[in-house]
Amino acid sequence: MPTIINLKNINKTYYNGAPLHVLKGINLEIYKGEFVSIMGASGSGKSTLLNILGILDNYDTGEYYLNDVLIKNLSETRAAYFRNKLIGFVFQSFNLISFKNAMENVALPLYYQKTGRKTRNKIALEYLDKLGLKEWAYHMPNELSGGQKQRVAIARALISKPQIILADEPTGALDSKTSAEVLDVLKKVNETGMTMIIVTHESGIANQTNKIIRLKDGIIENIEDNSEHNFSSLGFQNIK
Amino acid sequence: MFDLDRWHEIFITISRNKLRSFLTAFGVFWGIFMLVVLTGGGRGLENLISGQLEGIASNSCFIWNGRTSEAYKGFRKGRWWSINNRDIEIIKSNVKGIAEISSIIMPWSPTTDNAVRGEKKGTFSVQGNFANYNKIYHHTMKFGRYLNDMDLQEHRKVCMIGSRVYETLFNHGEDPTGLDIRVDGIYYKVIGVGDGSENITFNGDTRELITIPFTTMQTLYNYGENIDVFCAMAKPNIDVSEMQEQMETILKTNHSIAPHDKQAINSFNVETMFKQIGYLFLGVNILAWIVGFGTLFAGIIGVSNIMMVTVRERTQEIGIRRALGAKPSSIMTQIMSESFVITAIAGFLGISFAVLILQIVDLGLDVSGNGTSVFQISFFTSVVAALIIVILGTLAGLGPAFRAMKIKPIEALSEE
Repeated sequence: MPTIINLKNINKTYYNGAPLHVLKGINLEIYKGEFVSIMGASGSGKSTLLNILGILDNYDTGEYYLNDVLIKNLSETRAAYFRNKLIGFVFQSFNLISFKNAMENVALPLYYQKTGRKTRNKIALEYLDKLGLKEWAYHMPNELSGGQKQRVAIARALISKPQIILADEPTGALDSKTSAEVLDVLKKVNETGMTMIIVTHESGIANQTNKIIRLKDGIIENIEDNSEHNFSSLGFQNIK
Repeated sequence: MFDLDRWHEIFITISRNKLRSFLTAFGVFWGIFMLVVLTGGGRGLENLISGQLEGIASNSCFIWNGRTSEAYKGFRKGRWWSINNRDIEIIKSNVKGIAEISSIIMPWSPTTDNAVRGEKKGTFSVQGNFANYNKIYHHTMKFGRYLNDMDLQEHRKVCMIGSRVYETLFNHGEDPTGLDIRVDGIYYKVIGVGDGSENITFNGDTRELITIPFTTMQTLYNYGENIDVFCAMAKPNIDVSEMQEQMETILKTNHSIAPHDKQAINSFNVETMFKQIGYLFLGVNILAWIVGFGTLFAGIIGVSNIMMVTVRERTQEIGIRRALGAKPSSIMTQIMSESFVITAIAGFLGISFAVLILQIVDLGLDVSGNGTSVFQISFFTSVVAALIIVILGTLAGLGPAFRAMKIKPIEALSEE
């Protein structure tokens, strides 16, 4: 399987007062169509890693290949272009624009691709339909439930047909029932061949993914194959 | 450029906080309103004053005698003297820059009911003039003509009367030319009636003036060789003050007046007066621009400030947009367009409203009388005002737009 993400010795230090070495040489390969979770305690660097993967942040040394393109020292304009074309984001707090209805929110990435209004709204409706939200297309975000909001956000992440979906604690703000629903949606999306990377600290969520990357103090502690979905909350595979 | 989506976005963001947008826009509206009303008003006043000065040649001066204030060549101070015909001849042949020189006799006050025609009578000043006076001080005629050289040469007993004189001595609509009136006991034939539209006057209102030939008057009123006043018009590109000085030097030499005697000769320099009025209105104009521009600038600062606040409020939204692929330039254009739209709408409304107010003032005063506006800004000024609005509106958005552009998606998204 072709690699979609290739990280070579990524280092990142923050200089807010005392220098903080957050990522200390990350080497990682993720293949096309994988369903991966990144786990780690707060401060382990998982959010920073996600930001770098999402081209929202720069790294200091190393190399990051996304879809065989070296992502390094990009101009803001170029970074915006790659984010728009290659990456779909799903956030913990949904990050929908409050004064736009569900359909307009979903259509927003296409606006920045200069797709015409009618076309992009039509496509947005199709995606909302796929996620079972057709009747809610003209509702504002504050009229939607948490699960619905997250499904709108997923539709928005999918509409630009990205190479990878990055989900930062996608179920963090949801109750367990809705969490399961949202995770189901993400799984189905993965089954269509979409590479999916979830950052989470909930082992239950991580257990649903096929591969778990465990971060600790800025380095990858271990990478576990979890295709059997029998990952224990203790961090060890159950003995069969 | 003309992207319907962008306009939609701008409209949504502006109308999301209607009161704030309105108040911000009002600052700009008021600024440009003040600017236009003040400049238009200044221009109106200037036109008004200029209208008052119409008819008189601006490159002319009037000179008349006074009392000496210094003893000189054996003469005591406080002596009266008179300008005479010989002085005028000498000045005419010695001062090069003179285009026209014209002597005038204007006695101080007329006797009561000095002008009579049948049963009708009135009190009016009499003035003796040369025909060329009309070149320096243009009289518009209602009937007949002004004095001519033949009237002067032949010492004719003819007169040109002002419109009030006509109204007092003649019936309404009657053609007075060729008819006689008696002035100070002597009969004169009326040759013309002035319409009195001249606003600037010496020695009384031209509408209440009876003008007779200078030569006639000098003889009949026992002036001998003396004259009261003379006026001179300079040739083109000749400085009136210089010409006046040359003339005064000749007068001082002829009449043994001390060279530095300031009070012996009185004068009125029309050119200087015009210049002073010009400076006055330059001052008014500069003041109008400073005040107007200051107010407008305060309004623009207000827009810039509010846009800063807006950007701050919308940090998260901008972060989301950036994460979804909005280029920095598209965020920048969005903020700048918003600032531009607020400023432009408020500004153009302000200009329009100011023009309306000026028009109402103009109609109310009807100062021009002939239908052309005097209390109004010129097309050029309005174009400048519109340009200022467009430029300042864009500049007002520049700072906030840069700030919005600097927003990093991660920082914005981590702010909950």
